Amino acid sequence: MDKFTKLDAVAAPMPLVNIDTDMIIPKQFLKTIKRSGLGVSAFMELRYDTDGNELPDFILNKPAYRAASILVTGDNFGCGSSREHAPWALLDFGIRCVISTSFADIFFNNCFKNGILPIELPQDQVDALMSDAENGANARLTIDLEAQTITRPNGETIAFDVDPFRKHCLLNGLDDIGLTLQKSDKINSFEFTLAAERSWV
Amino acid sequence: MTQAKTLYDKIWDAHVVDEAEDGTCLLYIDRHLVHEVTSPQAFEGLRTAGRPVHAPERTIATPDHNVPTDEARLKVIENEESRIQVEALAKNAAEFGVEHFGIQDQRQGIVHIVGPEQGLTLPGMTVVCGDSHTATHGAFGSLAHGIGTSEVEHVLATQTLIQKKSKNMKVEVTGKVAPGVTAKDIVLSIIGETGTGGGTGYVIEYCGEAIKALSMEGRMTVCNMAIEGGARAGLIAPDETTFDYVKGRPRAPKGEEFDRAVAWWKTLFTDQGAYFDKVVTLQGEDIAPTVTWGTSPEDTAPITGRVPKPSDFEGGKADAVARALDYMGLEPGTALLDVEIDTVFIGSCTNGRIEDLRAAAEILKGKTKKDGIRAMVVPGSGLVRAQAEEEGLAEIFIDAGFEWRMAGCSMCLGMNPDQLSPGERCASTSNRNFEGRQGYKGRTHLMSPAMAAAAALTGRLTDVRDL
Repeated sequence: MDKFTKLDAVAAPMPLVNIDTDMIIPKQFLKTIKRSGLGVSAFMELRYDTDGNELPDFILNKPAYRAASILVTGDNFGCGSSREHAPWALLDFGIRCVISTSFADIFFNNCFKNGILPIELPQDQVDALMSDAENGANARLTIDLEAQTITRPNGETIAFDVDPFRKHCLLNGLDDIGLTLQKSDKINSFEFTLAAERSWV
Repeated sequence: MTQAKTLYDKIWDAHVVDEAEDGTCLLYIDRHLVHEVTSPQAFEGLRTAGRPVHAPERTIATPDHNVPTDEARLKVIENEESRIQVEALAKNAAEFGVEHFGIQDQRQGIVHIVGPEQGLTLPGMTVVCGDSHTATHGAFGSLAHGIGTSEVEHVLATQTLIQKKSKNMKVEVTGKVAPGVTAKDIVLSIIGETGTGGGTGYVIEYCGEAIKALSMEGRMTVCNMAIEGGARAGLIAPDETTFDYVKGRPRAPKGEEFDRAVAWWKTLFTDQGAYFDKVVTLQGEDIAPTVTWGTSPEDTAPITGRVPKPSDFEGGKADAVARALDYMGLEPGTALLDVEIDTVFIGSCTNGRIEDLRAAAEILKGKTKKDGIRAMVVPGSGLVRAQAEEEGLAEIFIDAGFEWRMAGCSMCLGMNPDQLSPGERCASTSNRNFEGRQGYKGRTHLMSPAMAAAAALTGRLTDVRDL
């Protein structure tokens, strides 16, 4: 997993609420047995017409936003299925940070496993960042994970919360499995007790 | 005196392997269900790192999302990508020592139907799967939720998950529901009330007389859609209905061990005075047969209702509704009873169990679908299919003009050949009405099996109580 430390990038506004994982990556792309290559299909049904031509009105097709690495979105982003193909597709497109008033739990969790930082903020702050993002290529935001701040184009900073363990993993690009396997003794002893107390499990 | 605990608290506490100072826990996973779509990258990760599956005996695999539902699949799966995924699952299961119900096995089916059917899902367990409808298993009073592929790999490698505890939410449905009102109507009404984000950050415990009165299969329908309400998991406290359902299933404990298990399971209830961070109450009497009109599961209305106007809503939701009505091809103010449909789909992990098929067959018995309607029934597992054939239900469906299919996720998610065409309107017993979910530009109305069967007879959305 790539580290996430500091990101200075264009932010694209996607104010629609309830953007679900089927919208982020439609089911036909779930047939892959790889993690990579999904970026070209991200937001497929919003982004292309039936013949595969780009729809010029879709935000990420506009010249100013084609290189966006940050999304500022409507409420309840990433609802629906557990498919990790959604963050894989965003990452492959180049998105490293999503800002919203709320996220669906599973999607939120999946982001951290892939080096994407989801930031949850109150409505007024998301509104402010949404209006920043609407300023085209001038819509650059700076995300500093160590300091837990977002710097707006006008220089103002907004602080955000992040779980300390997840922050640590993102900053260092750490693999969860390796960390957990260091606790093998505890897992083995839990299993020993489980076999004694709830043998039917 | 010990602190009063919720059902969720109790199951959580019984599975904590380790807790860090900041509250991050390592949670033990009792049962891991694996399917072909969200697992290939996880097995590949293990292979690359040279890691084994930590507890293969706690893991079970079956293909469901991708499999075609016609009998030709027993010879070959035509779609190459689907075939590769289904074959990869079989190969990975064999390589890592995981039990696999393959496409030729009668026990194959939708993972969330197979687990309970086999007695692999038991009260008080932690159950995970790389699928958001894992919430289904909460019907047994087991803590069950969907995970992403990285977490699938984590569970395969360590039999644990890194988790922070969610908050407690109670959804109580009081009183009795009227005849013709099913578990599906209850859960759609709950989501209509709480919204799709209402349960975000919570584990929901469903309780109250109307919930307690449900069969195990009805309870599974309710918990299945906890995720559509935003909650990763839904729970119902186990009781005699649960124990009776579990008893005698192939993998359930037997004899003295079953009695010991029941003794523990009986401790799994929310203590008097336990704290819930959020409480929602619905009156069972107020719930009508319910359908969705939009592209979010929260877009519900009683079948006697009308399509709303975008201006009935505020903020971003007003825009979302305008978009949804355009997508669905519906005019505000239209009576839902006047909406004509093209297709009926009965099946899925929400409503693909034997009782669902019985309820639909009850409506269809001795009748025929309206001309021009495409209608299919897809049993949730090979065993459900066999049972329905034995009970004479298959014959009723076939006589009514329905296609009688093999087990799988089918048209619930359009990853296999069963899909809607652009503009095709479907009365569906599945769980999501998202844009494109059942096929590109397909239009989905969610409802109960009886309501879907009724729609097949009339060719439009229909109030089952009028038949």
